[in-house]
Amino acid sequence: MQNHPVYTDNDPQGELSTLNLGPTHPATHGVFQNVLQLDGERIVSGVSTIGYIHRAFEKIAEHRPFYQITPLTDRMNYCSSPINNMGWHMTVEKLLGITMPKRVDYLRVIVMELARISDHIICNGVLGVDTGAFTGFLYMMEYREAIYEIYEEVCGSRLTTNIGRIGGFERNFNAIAFNKLRKFLKDFPPVLKEFESLFNRNRIFIDRTKGVACVTAEDALSYSWSGPLLRAAGVDYDVRAMEPYSSYEDFDFEVPVGDNGDVYSRFLVRNEEMKQSLRLIEQALAKLEKEPSDIFHADVPEFYLPPKEDVYTNMEALIYHFKIVMGEIPAPASEVYHAVEGANGELGFYLVSDGGRSPYRLHFRRPSFINYQMYAPMSRGMLLSDAIINMSSLNIIAGELDA
Amino acid sequence: MGKITNEELLKSISNKFEGQITVVGEPYGLLTLETQSENIIALLSYLKSDPNLQLSYLTDITAIHYPEQEKAIGVIYHLHSLVNNVRVRIKVFIDADNCHIPTATELWNGANWMERETYDFFGVIFDGHPDLRRILNVDDMTAFPMRKEFPLEDPNRVDKKDYFFGR
Repeated sequence: MQNHPVYTDNDPQGELSTLNLGPTHPATHGVFQNVLQLDGERIVSGVSTIGYIHRAFEKIAEHRPFYQITPLTDRMNYCSSPINNMGWHMTVEKLLGITMPKRVDYLRVIVMELARISDHIICNGVLGVDTGAFTGFLYMMEYREAIYEIYEEVCGSRLTTNIGRIGGFERNFNAIAFNKLRKFLKDFPPVLKEFESLFNRNRIFIDRTKGVACVTAEDALSYSWSGPLLRAAGVDYDVRAMEPYSSYEDFDFEVPVGDNGDVYSRFLVRNEEMKQSLRLIEQALAKLEKEPSDIFHADVPEFYLPPKEDVYTNMEALIYHFKIVMGEIPAPASEVYHAVEGANGELGFYLVSDGGRSPYRLHFRRPSFINYQMYAPMSRGMLLSDAIINMSSLNIIAGELDA
Repeated sequence: MGKITNEELLKSISNKFEGQITVVGEPYGLLTLETQSENIIALLSYLKSDPNLQLSYLTDITAIHYPEQEKAIGVIYHLHSLVNNVRVRIKVFIDADNCHIPTATELWNGANWMERETYDFFGVIFDGHPDLRRILNVDDMTAFPMRKEFPLEDPNRVDKKDYFFGR
C-alpha cells in the first residue's frame, strides 16, 4: 500500500483528527472518498480518492464499432446522457464528414437543452436539500420526470437514453412528444420562478452559500474548469457560443456569468442557464415550423441504418444494414477533437481512427474529472459543513468522474 | 479581437522554435504539431504566456500507444485560447520502455490529475510531478492498461470458453 499523503502531514501533537468522508455517504451523492484532517470542524488538509466506479470505457471503446460506443457515453454523466450521446454522434459525424439537415440540428438542440435543464434541476435541487430545504427539490423533481417522459417518447428510455444515431435520430419525434414538450414549456417557467423565490433571497440559504468556496477566475482557469463553475467565477466561456455546433449559431441566447465563483453564484448561474435553455427550446420549436417535418436523419445510407422493411426487400439496404451492423463503415484514418457544452462543462471527445471498425484511441475529456481536482485544495480552511455544500454545487457526477 | 488563423499561429511558433517543431497537419481544422520531450515545457509556456496567442487554457492531456513505432508512446496536449478562440494540439513521442517527460503542473494546476491519469493508463512518468500516483486504477496494479498489449479481458478466464456456448 502506498503512502497516503495525508498521513505524512505534520501533526506532532496528534491534535488533528482524521475523517473518512465517503466512499459512501448520504451527503456526497455518489461514490467519493475524501480523507480529511480536521482541527475541530475546520479542514486542515484533504486527499481525494477517486476511481470507485471506473469501468474502463476508453479501453472498451477500442474494441467496439462506433455505434456501440453510444451506450458507454450514456453512463458518464447519467443526469444528462443525451448531451453525451449527441456529443459522440457529432464527433463521429465530424470524422466521417457528414453534415446534418437543419431540422436534425434543431431537434438535437431541443434534446440537449432538455438534458441541461434536467441536470441543473438536480444540482440546484440537491443544493437546496444540503442546506436544509427539501421543498424546492421535490417541487422541481416533478419536472425532471416531465423531461424524462419526453425522452421516452423520442427514444423509449429515460435515464441512459442512447438517444439518436450517427447520422440523425432513429425515428421522428411524434406528436405526443411535441405536446409534452409544449406542456413542459408552459408549466416549467412559473415553477422555476417559484423555486428562485424560495431561495434567491432566502436568509438561511444566502448565509450558507454566499462567500463559501470563492474561486477566482485565475484559479478556475489554471485548474481548467469549464461550464457553469467557470462562468460563476466570471469567465464567459461557453462552447455553444465560442465554437457553435449543431447550429447553435442560429439561436439567440445569453451566457450568464457570476462574479466571485462562490456557491451562491454557481446556483444563480445554473438557474439562469435553465431560463436560457427554455429560450433555446422555444426558438428551436419555432424554427422547426419552417422545416420539412419528415426529415429526422441525414441522407447517408452508408452510415445510417436503413428502415427494417427495406432490408428484407431491397438489395442495397441489406448490404448497408449488414455493413453498418458489422461496423464495416468507411472511416478515414484521422484524428478529431470535438467538444460540446455538457451540463458540467466542456465535454470533449478525442477520437483517433486508423480506418478500422473501432476507434484506435478514444479519450473523453470529462468535465467532472477535471473540475473535481480543485476540491481537496480548496477545502483547506473550510468548515466541514461548507465542504459538503461545495461538493453539491460542483455537481460532480461519479460516472463522469471515473468513466 | 478576432480569431487568429492557423497560419498566423504556426508562423509565430516556428519563428520562436525554429527546427524544434514539425507540423503533422491540420485534421479538421485543428493545427497539430510535434515536438520533443526536451522542448515541450518551453513550447507550452511560450504558448501560454505569449500576449498575442494566449493559448492559456489547458483542455486536456492524454496519451496514445503505437506499439509498432520506435517511439511508441505519444503524449498529446490540447490547448485552447479563450481570447482568440483557436485550438492547438501538440504531440510528443517517447520510448515505451523509458517514458519520461517533464511535467506541466508548474504551468497549470489542472495538469495534475490529467498527468496522473496518463501515468495510470500508459505508464508515462512526468518528471517533477508533485504526486504521481495511480488515480482511477487500484494502487497495487502493475500493468498500464491502455497500452495495446494489455488485453481487454483476462485471458485466463474460464467462464467464457466456447464449449459453454455450444461452439
